[in-house]
Amino acid sequence: MSERGQTRLPRAIYVAGAAGLAIVAVPMIGLLVRTPWSDLGGLLASDVVVDALRLSLLSSIAATLVAAIVGIPLAIVLARTDFPGRSLVRGLVLLPLVLPPVVGGAALLFALGRRGVVGGPIADLTGLVLPFSTLGVVLAATFVSLPFMVLTVEGSLRNLDRRYEGAATSLGATPWTVLRRVTLPMVLPSLISGFVLTWARALGEFGATITFAGNLPGKTQTLPLAVYVALEQDRDAAVAISLVLVAISLIVLVSLRDRWWRAL
Amino acid sequence: MVLMACGAPSAGRSEIVVSAASSLSDAFTEMAEAFEASNPDVAITLNVGGSSSLREQILEGAAVDVFASADSRNIEDVSGELVGPARVFARNVLQIGVPSGNPAHVVGLEDFERSDLLLGVCANSIPCGDLAERVLAAAGVEAVVDTYEPNVRALLGKIEAGELDAGLVYATDVESSAAVDGLSVNVAHVSDYLIAMLDESSEASAFIDFVLSDTGRQILERHGFVLP
Repeated sequence: MSERGQTRLPRAIYVAGAAGLAIVAVPMIGLLVRTPWSDLGGLLASDVVVDALRLSLLSSIAATLVAAIVGIPLAIVLARTDFPGRSLVRGLVLLPLVLPPVVGGAALLFALGRRGVVGGPIADLTGLVLPFSTLGVVLAATFVSLPFMVLTVEGSLRNLDRRYEGAATSLGATPWTVLRRVTLPMVLPSLISGFVLTWARALGEFGATITFAGNLPGKTQTLPLAVYVALEQDRDAAVAISLVLVAISLIVLVSLRDRWWRAL
Repeated sequence: MVLMACGAPSAGRSEIVVSAASSLSDAFTEMAEAFEASNPDVAITLNVGGSSSLREQILEGAAVDVFASADSRNIEDVSGELVGPARVFARNVLQIGVPSGNPAHVVGLEDFERSDLLLGVCANSIPCGDLAERVLAAAGVEAVVDTYEPNVRALLGKIEAGELDAGLVYATDVESSAAVDGLSVNVAHVSDYLIAMLDESSEASAFIDFVLSDTGRQILERHGFVLP
């Protein structure tokens, strides 16, 4: 819907759209109906929840930063250069989108576990063991969320009018300056979208985390893991923690969308 | 949590859904095949998961005919849904599972106090974690655990991969894995496995009888279970 007036749409579009909304909204209503409102404060103040919340925020933000540091350059390379096997590289980078996260977690374990092809030598040389560590949580979250950063940024770079960059270059700007002063500012809305989507995916990450990093309160138990364990033990607690996840995500997604995030 | 049955039963073949604890996965796969072989008109759909997840599915209204739980607690929680009695059909004990060859030289439960080892147990929300908690407490061990796994198969997998130095798993899991060695635990705690009917039918009743029969007992024994 445009902001400058209503467009008349076929009625079927509204019906189908409402069904789409219902698919997402109905389960949320289910969650709200089950929420133990009177005990909510007590449930959320427990050490398990506070630890999981802290760890979730920390690991999702760290994963987003790592994804930005390596994902934006990767997106630039994919959008701006042509090399043999580029389709293969792009497919590989997008793989975590379709792969069940548990499979991703198992693959991480085989590669980066202390008996893994890469993790083995790392453990031998430095004593650093990634599984069952907070670093492992960040790594698992980065693995699953990186495609969101790459996809978003690469897509907008492809649609960019390249004459501005050409003009800057012809005026003597170095490639680094062009990138910093022309290209990236022009794709800023997509960069922000990329950050938000990457962070949101990292926050919700479950399967790869529990498979690769295990489940220890205070160290590797993020909010989604806490929900999973609580579901089998204390359903009220599970619902309360889920509500925290929903609330955080909704606040961030709605407020950023209104202010920044019109690009998508 | 919604349980999906795998396809419609073909004409003349009735289908029953059996929810079985993760630790029964191998034994009950064989059990279902043996039962179907002698009852060709019945198809068994196995729904394997942690006993506590299975309990939650039942409480949320999943269409399940038979529930085989790895402890009595989860059966008691669904007692309102049961038709007929819950019966003990097998017992299981915990062992210390270590990767083949025991590279970290684990000798007993006291090693669970070593912070230099990577150690796992099941989350205490599920039977094997509950049992582990009791076994460790009885041995007076203050375990320094690195991960509380959501089901015993996940824990076993991490020991198999050598990513954990040791974990408390069922003797039956050790039996099932070529990559895990078991060390006996010197504490006599067992968990009782109970089976009960949730939806009255002659097929469900026949399956429970089959589990309790000599053929059923032989299958369970072959997979390392202790018989009641």
